Amino acid sequence: MSGLARMIGQRLALGVFTLLVVSMVIFAAIEALPGDFAQAILGQGATPEAVAAIRESLGMDRSPVVRYFAWLGGVFSGDFGVSFNQLSFQSQYGQTGERDVVTVADQLAPRFANTIFLAATAAAVAVPLSLALGMLAALYRGSIFDRAANVGTLTSISSPEFFVAYILILFLAAANPIFPSISKIHADLDFWERLYRTVLPALTLTLVVTAHMMRMTRVAIINLLASQYIEMARLKGVPRWRVIVHHALPNALAPIINVIALNLAYLVTGVVVVEVVFVYPGIGQMFVDAVKLRDMPTVQACCLVFAAAYILLNLLADVFSVLTNPRLRHPK
Amino acid sequence: MSSGRSLVKIRDLKIEGLAGEDWLPIVNGIDLDLATGEVLGLIGESGAGKSTVGLAAMGFTRDGCRISGGSIEFDGIDLVAAPLEEKRSLLGRRIAYVAQSAAASFNPAHKLIDQHTEGPVLHGVSTQQESQEDAMALYARLRLPEPESIGFRYPHQVSGGQLQRAMTAMAMSCRPDLIIFDEPTTALDVTTQIEVLAAVRDIVEQFGTAAIYITHDLAVVAQMADRIKVLLKGDEVEENDTRAMLEDPKEDYTKSLWAVRSFRRPEQPPAGSGVEPVISVAGVTAGYGAAPDVLHDVSFDIHAGRTVAVVGESGSGKSTVARCITGLLPPRGGEVRFNGEALPAHYRARSKDRLRQVQMIYQMADTALNPKLRIRDIVGRPVQFYGGLRGAELRRRIEELLEQIEMEPDLYIDRLPSELSGGQKQRIGIARALAAESQFIICDEVTSALDQLVAEGILKLLDRLQNELNLAYMFITHDLATVRAIADEVVVMKDGRVVEAGPKTEMFTPPHHDYTDLLLSSVPEMDPDWLDRLLEQRGVENIGEAARVRLD
Repeated sequence: MSGLARMIGQRLALGVFTLLVVSMVIFAAIEALPGDFAQAILGQGATPEAVAAIRESLGMDRSPVVRYFAWLGGVFSGDFGVSFNQLSFQSQYGQTGERDVVTVADQLAPRFANTIFLAATAAAVAVPLSLALGMLAALYRGSIFDRAANVGTLTSISSPEFFVAYILILFLAAANPIFPSISKIHADLDFWERLYRTVLPALTLTLVVTAHMMRMTRVAIINLLASQYIEMARLKGVPRWRVIVHHALPNALAPIINVIALNLAYLVTGVVVVEVVFVYPGIGQMFVDAVKLRDMPTVQACCLVFAAAYILLNLLADVFSVLTNPRLRHPK
Repeated sequence: MSSGRSLVKIRDLKIEGLAGEDWLPIVNGIDLDLATGEVLGLIGESGAGKSTVGLAAMGFTRDGCRISGGSIEFDGIDLVAAPLEEKRSLLGRRIAYVAQSAAASFNPAHKLIDQHTEGPVLHGVSTQQESQEDAMALYARLRLPEPESIGFRYPHQVSGGQLQRAMTAMAMSCRPDLIIFDEPTTALDVTTQIEVLAAVRDIVEQFGTAAIYITHDLAVVAQMADRIKVLLKGDEVEENDTRAMLEDPKEDYTKSLWAVRSFRRPEQPPAGSGVEPVISVAGVTAGYGAAPDVLHDVSFDIHAGRTVAVVGESGSGKSTVARCITGLLPPRGGEVRFNGEALPAHYRARSKDRLRQVQMIYQMADTALNPKLRIRDIVGRPVQFYGGLRGAELRRRIEELLEQIEMEPDLYIDRLPSELSGGQKQRIGIARALAAESQFIICDEVTSALDQLVAEGILKLLDRLQNELNLAYMFITHDLATVRAIADEVVVMKDGRVVEAGPKTEMFTPPHHDYTDLLLSSVPEMDPDWLDRLLEQRGVENIGEAARVRLD
């Protein structure tokens, strides 16, 4: 098991390095975009003096390298900075002095919780559903069910998310007003009300991620069906469903877990479009707004959250893959 | 012998297999009768339909196969017509199966004992607890070490021979009326095989179980079966009681099977004491990665025109020596000399001419030939690389090589490996080694994946080429019959050390090193009483793994 601990340590260190590289790339990308926060916030009627004033108050007159390292220094001391958007209003209204400003971290936390809630709801449906569908498709390989499941999931993955979202709104919110088309989520909602308002975005995400996981489950199991221990199980008189669940699935877990991790990561990071469509107050919405305004600290923080989600979920997948392998779990 | 009542009755069984779009016949009308408590040996070469018939006796066909005619009756139940559920209730409970590779046939994700008890519990034969206790009793009966706890290990934690016995125990878990043994010892070393054979026979006799024993090894079937049925390409050749069959085979095909091991390379005069050997392995010590040494101070010489057989069981370091000679694995100590000159340890440090001097022929011709290249390119590549020939000269040389390996150039030069039989592929492997015009060739288990008749053809070819070209062979094998056929000198390896070396005649006459003795005595003979005699002589505790452990 010390091997596993070492792997986790190495991967975490590598993960921190990856985050550093991601932050540089994001910073450079925002620098490369035309315009900056001052121009974006002031809009068409901006006077050069106003723009310069905002730039100065935000320290944007310094060189990009200095600004990056200033930001990075803050991050290492646990300070992700303050959204430009917050600061800008202070400067516009001429307020001076330190006041209780809302930091990026403060803004991000509730949003992040919302996104995780949405992702978890989608995952709670999508993962068991796709595993079950995949196993059934493998069991009844070549049957009508197998084909229908394949065609159905492929159709849903091939359609753009916003399209799936609008179709769902059309049928489940507009034509038959069962669920709200706009997910108004705030802190005072109880769990069930919150869940109710999350149904449509969660359903959209479920439809988008199920195909990949289901097809991987199906293929991973079918690949094993030709192995000798599966034939042995059949020759012992084991029923077909038990052959799949008890003999094939445990050996197929490693690839399946990896695909699940990729899709879970997508659920956290890929929600941007879905959140926008349903006006869901998650991290994706915040991210889109921040990019529009070139709000560097917020964009950086969002990106780091996304990247960290990817890194951690993939690490988790590898850990679970190791744990499902009896050779690694019980060495000779 | 056949005094029991009829258990299996197969009449005019026809089975077809799907090849692309077409159904091709695999078994063309076979009859088979088996009484309770009787053991029938099914023998034949690969493609004879042995396994297909064996599985059909369970009412089972592999995916892509179908029963196209005939009837299969098991204890009065029509297995062709029986519904799936009825057949399933028989499988494991009344008919059990023991596969060739236990390592592949145990599910790697579950403990042995859980796999053992699955059948009895599912079929309602016994409870989990009863079945576990029974498993331990069977493990003890099959003389597995630590029978109380071995079942709680995972398959990868148990050795091949032990797994094979554990699988036999699993087959017995419901006390079936019939067990199909499908080449259960083919993948094992000789010393391990004998232990499994003894265990299988003991348990079949003990419980009066009927069995169909499938194998291509006549000496093995002679120990196990009451009757023998010979198959060839889906047809029955003949059937008779074991003794009658061994003493007096009727059909030509059967006789040719019996005669296969007759090839003997004539005795060669020993090399003079002053003659420089072609290859001299001197005190080589080697290991992989950071792991401890797997070869310890290995030394032997190979002279021109002579064959040195390197013998040993899996894991003894035979192939590692070959890797050291070729430079794929630079030794940690010692050196390899070619005609008296030390070869650079790593193949990258060797000149083209040095590389040319060490050639290899591999065990699996299937994977050793690039499936996308035609024969002309496979054989032509070393001719071009080492000889620098082009155009018409190149073609002439390729044709010459194909003639040397007795393959018609016009017919084969443009074929792909997939359009050749197993033996032909191995011949191409030989031609490729010859193309470099080296004096020394390493043959790594070149016949062990081939049927006996084909293997004999390859041995004869290698022998002829050796005489014509004065080649030196290093012949890696675990099969002592092959050693007897082709070797001049023998090097016996165990755990990375040379335990005995010398001329073949010395090796096969006592006194031997204890390990050599164990190896030699474990090779089955075509005498139906051989196993009984051996067990009597050595005692059941002094064969196989137990005996090997005692040697250490």
